[in-house]
Formats: sequence, C-alpha cells, structure tokens
Amino acid sequence: MFVLDTIRHRLRRGCETMAYPKGPPPALPDRHGGALRVDGAKCTVGCSECLSVCPTQAIAHPAGRGVALDLGRCLFCAACVEACPNGAITQTGDHRMAARRREDLVLGDPGSGTMRLAAALDERLRRLLGRSLRLRVVSAGGCGAAEADLNVLGTVGWDLGRFGIQFVASPRHADGLVITGPVSRSMELALRKTWIAMPEPKIVIAVGTCAISGGPFAGNPEVRNGAESIVPVDLFIPGWPPHPLTLLDGLLRLLGRAGSGPLQPEAEVART
Amino acid sequence: MSSASSFALLPNATGIPWAEVPEWPLAELVRETAAGLERGARLCAWFGVPEGAATRLVAVIAFDADNTLAAARSLPAGGAYPALTPEHPQAHMFEREVWEQFGLVPQGHPWLKPVRACAGAAPAQGEFFRVEGGEVHEVAVGPVHAGIIEPGHFRFQCSGEEVLHLEIALGYQHRGIERGLVGGPHRATMSQMEAVSGDATIGHATAYASVIEALAGAEAPLRAQWLRLVALELERLANHTGDLGALANDVAFLPAASACGRIRGDFLNLTALICGNRFGRGLARPGGCRHDLEPERLSRLAERLDGALADVEQACEWLWDAASVRARFEGTGTLSPGQASELGLVGPAARACGLVRDVRYDHPAGWHRLAQAPVAVWPSGDVFARARVRWLEIQRSGQLLREQMASAPEGDIMGNPGVPAADRLAVALVEGWRGEVCHAALTDAAGRLRRYKIVDPSFHNWTGLALAMRGQAVSDFPVCNKSFNLSYCGFDL
Repeated sequence: MFVLDTIRHRLRRGCETMAYPKGPPPALPDRHGGALRVDGAKCTVGCSECLSVCPTQAIAHPAGRGVALDLGRCLFCAACVEACPNGAITQTGDHRMAARRREDLVLGDPGSGTMRLAAALDERLRRLLGRSLRLRVVSAGGCGAAEADLNVLGTVGWDLGRFGIQFVASPRHADGLVITGPVSRSMELALRKTWIAMPEPKIVIAVGTCAISGGPFAGNPEVRNGAESIVPVDLFIPGWPPHPLTLLDGLLRLLGRAGSGPLQPEAEVART
Repeated sequence: MSSASSFALLPNATGIPWAEVPEWPLAELVRETAAGLERGARLCAWFGVPEGAATRLVAVIAFDADNTLAAARSLPAGGAYPALTPEHPQAHMFEREVWEQFGLVPQGHPWLKPVRACAGAAPAQGEFFRVEGGEVHEVAVGPVHAGIIEPGHFRFQCSGEEVLHLEIALGYQHRGIERGLVGGPHRATMSQMEAVSGDATIGHATAYASVIEALAGAEAPLRAQWLRLVALELERLANHTGDLGALANDVAFLPAASACGRIRGDFLNLTALICGNRFGRGLARPGGCRHDLEPERLSRLAERLDGALADVEQACEWLWDAASVRARFEGTGTLSPGQASELGLVGPAARACGLVRDVRYDHPAGWHRLAQAPVAVWPSGDVFARARVRWLEIQRSGQLLREQMASAPEGDIMGNPGVPAADRLAVALVEGWRGEVCHAALTDAAGRLRRYKIVDPSFHNWTGLALAMRGQAVSDFPVCNKSFNLSYCGFDL
C-alpha cells in the first residue's frame, strides 16, 4: 500500500517546478523590496540622514553630488529608504541584481541610479561550457544563509539541473567557484587552494554581500573583506543573503539565458 | 530551593549590577560551580573578563528545575587553576576556550588545545589524538566539504570501517564577533548578531535584543514579544523540516527528501512574509520589532502555515512508514542519557536522549512566559530519536503557532530600548531550533559593552556528535552529522 500511496500523492502534486524563466518569475516577498534605486538629484546639500542609519557604511555623500549607494555593501535593511526625507532612495521590487563589475553595484550618479546588470560570458567561453556549468561552492566565513539559499536552487521548485547547472564535490570537476562569506583569514588558504585546483578556464562568483565586501564584518581583522582580495571575481550577486530568484537570475545571466522571459510588472511590488 | 545560595540568582533575560555578582578566588569559584553542577545545574557559560593583566572568570549556571540562572565570578587571576573538566566534562570546551583566549591553564584538563585559534596555521594542522596500531588508519575530511556547507575539519581514527575516535577541529569560520563587540554596540552589531549563525537568525537576534533590553532595564512591548515568538517558531519549523529532508536524503529516501526541501522553503517564505527576509533579518531589534503583522497579513500567514503543515505531515508520514528509513535511523549514532547529561548537551540532541531540557519551558522569557508547547522528548538517543524529536517539535510548534495567531495581543511593536546601564551583567537564553542560545553581556562604567559572550548550542553539542560516532561505520557519518546539524560559524564566532 505504501508504494501506491506514495505514487498517488506524488501524482496529485503534479509538477512543482516553477515556470520561470519561460514564464513570469515568482513574486518576491512584498517586504523584500528588491534592488534599490538611487536618484542623487533629489538629495539636499549637506543631508546625511541615510548615512547615519546604514549599518555597513554602504552610502557615501560626496560634496556637491548626490548620494552613492554601494549594493555590494548593502544589507537591504531599508533603513535608508525609511530615513530619506526626499525619496532619493527607493525600493524597486526587482530581483535582478547580479553584475559583472564591482563598480556596477554603485548606484547614484546620473545614468547609474539603477543596476547595470551582468553581461553574459564571452561567446568562446560559453561555447566551451556548452549546456553545462559545474560549480564548486566554498563557504569562507559564511553564516549558512547564502549557503542555504544556494541549496534551495537544487530543490524541486527551482530545479537548477534543468539549466545544466550543477554543484559538484570536487574543484577538479568544476568550471566555476562560488564563494560565500566575508572570507575569514582561517579559510584564506583553503579557498586559494580550491581555486588553484580548478582547471582553466575558471570563473568565480561572489554570492552575497559578505562575499562581495565583507558585509557587516568588513573591517574586522579576522576577515578579508570578501572574495576579491583572494581571487578575481567574474560575477557579483548582492543580497543578504541573495534571494534564490536573484541567484538564479545571476547564473542565467552569466550564461546568456536570462533575457527572454517576461518580467514581473514592477508596479505590483514597487513601494517607497 | 536547591540552588547554590552563594551564587547570585537571576531569572532569564534580566541583569544585575556587576558589584552584586559574588566574587571568590578562582579555585573557590571552580569548587562552588562544581557544587552547583552536582546539584543538577548546567553550565551555560564560562568565560573570562580581562582586568588589567589578569582575568576574571565568570560562571553562569542554570537550575532548570528551579527556573533560575545563577552567576558568580572569580577575583582577577592568572596562571593555573584546578580544572573543572575532570569532574564535569561539560566544562571541557569552555576551559579550553578560556585558556586559548586568556592563558588561564586548567590543571588536569585531559585535552588542552585551542578551540578555534590557529596562530597562523589551519586548525587541521593542530595536534590530534591518535590511535596506534597496525590496522588503524586515519581519515581526514575538510575544511572544504563535498556539499554546500560550512567548513570544518574532521579527523577519524578508524579500524576498517569502524570509527574508534573522531576529533573535530573548528575555527575556519572565525570572524572576530566577540572581540569586535568590545566598546559597542556598534552600528553593524545588530546585523552581526543576525549572522552569528544564519539559520538561527531569530534566535540570536532575540537573545541579543533581550540582553540589551535587560542591561537597560527595558522590556519590549508585548506584541513585539509575541512577534518574536512567532518568528522563532517559524525558524524552528523551517530548520526541522529541512533537517528531516536532509536525513531522508542521506538514507536515499527521496520522496520525503524532495518534499521537505520544498516545504522548508515554504516556511522560510512565511518568515519573509513578516519581514521580507527569508531568514528573519531586520525583524528583532532592541526595544521591539521592526515589522508588524497586520490582520490581513496575519490571516494570509495563518492560511499558508496550515498548508505547509499539512504538506510536512504528509511527507513525514512517508518517512515514518518506510521500513528502510527506520532500519537506517534506529541504533545509529547512539548517545546515552548519561553521556548527554555529562556533556551538557542542549536542544533536540539532548531531548533525543530523554533529557527534559528546553529553555522555553525551564526559563521562559518574553512571550514564552504566557504561551508554551509541551517539551518533546524521545528516549533512544540515536538518529531515529533526533529525527523523531524534530517531528514532534514540528507538530507542537505548529499547534502553538495556530493558537498564538488566533489570539494576538494588540499594541505597539517598538518601545523605548533605553540605554544600557553602567557596570551591569545581563544574561539571556533563547531556545533556538538547535537548542539553548546564550548571550551574556557586561557593561563598563560608561555603559558600553566591556565583554560579550555568545554560546551557540553547537558549542555544547559538537562533542556529542564526536562521541556518537564511536563504534559507527565511517560511512554513517553523514547521517549522524545531519542528525545533529550543528553550526560551524556559531561555534567559531
């Protein structure tokens, strides 16, 4: 009976894998807020309301210009959104945040108030990878949250395998290295060795604010303020931790496979 | 009252002036602590406070049956002292830590090596206990593991497949959290507390908020306390469900593994419904909570919770019905109640050895003073028991949440957190999903943090895993490890 029951329940549940990216992405939690948008022109001279509430000093206000917000240091607590008297920093509800260059995560200057999203890997590398991308994950001082949401991508709802992306046990089998955590000094050697053990060509993906900048631990002498101090990084995925949707978008973007699906109407989740 | 009359008594989540904490010569503190432990107390925290060139030791013990904590301290000391560990093994990791951080030598400690510092070398390069013999071989695993998990090093002494001894070397995740808190709280402190152990964000954030409130003599509004309880139980549901799925996966029972993997996400999304973050970041703050559950949001939460609980019930039915699962779980990685008690295990790992030990019941604070679930206990001490306790807790947390959501208190969610008082010691325990999360804070004359001690449940429980592996096949390590599912970063801090 047991086997029949199992099969019956399984059939009743049907396919549990989401339609995205062919269909629309699942909605982010409404209080998540997604990526931020910065409109420096709205800043008043000498205002520092947002600077004083930011836990990680992700915001700078250079004299004579609007604020600059670094999503690579941002914990997405939205304290700045609440504090800004002029609505210069707003939430977009957009899950897409991955960038190829570190400077693309800094929002604020005219023309760069929103994300400059990651471009795909070059044609040659994509041809080399074909329909498969094997990733080795190393947590280097990570708290387990970004790691958990990477694991989520392997569950039936997300099914990373359908994109040919797989997490592997050995660096020898890997095309890319995914790094989480601020890179504790005690993990520096192991991280470097893992990277060296990977065959060329190899890509590196920094997942989460901690791996990009050290996050709330930046400046502690026990950490190295992110992956870039150890290895060259090809993709930065911000978030604390990044939502699985943000992670998936980043990985697909790298493979040039994120573009076609319809986007969630922004108005649905936009808020100030 | 069976408590040591000489210790200063303090209920959970309260503080007392530093001057009122009794002080004795270090050897006497060890004797008094031992006397307390012999009367049934547990060691919650044992840590040093630097004072000039010397160090004061602070002992925080819990008398569970009396629902009280007790604290005492030593006079400033240096050099060596008679160790507590030989009589009370639950002190062994604490004494190693104090030795590592302050150089106080516990004489008679059977295995004195650092718990996380590695002085430039990796923890795996330290000294390990070795079993000698022609047929004995050593297996070294980590720091980088095969799956997507945190780093740590495991050294097995094996005879064939049989594990004679396992030694666990941690420290790879050390981020300097406690050291960084001196002179705080700083601007990033609250966020650091939310990342002490990522999957126990609510547990640690609540403990931190409670300790800061206790230092200031403040209390969060009742509705905020209620919200913290809701979030804490959701955190428990998500992690226990994920663990049951991972255990099923490790014995190749895939229907439950894949179902639980998805349902875990459903629970995380319920936390995100409250505060936007799947791990509960941005919710608990000293003084209260930052996000409210309006009636409409609450009813959505209750409805989705019912769905997720029904799903997990179905998935677990498969799990418990499968003879192949029971055969792999039963008798694997067994600890006796005596071992659990001697090691001072906490949380589901302790309750799976039949110990009735739960902060929510023994030392209720916050909304837990008004709302409780029965303590879930199973006697057999094996992987099966640890899985079974999780399942019981899923059911009971689900029931508790249903009751609580139907009777939410009204009012503000954020009160005045106040200002931490000068020269005060405060302690807060929270029953996180892994067990007892202990935060102890001491302020200086200016009311800034002079010393902050975090004891993650993993600090007590890692040794339990090592002991549970004795006599097991090395191939049983994954399922034993998963049945404890301890935090590396919560230990390494």
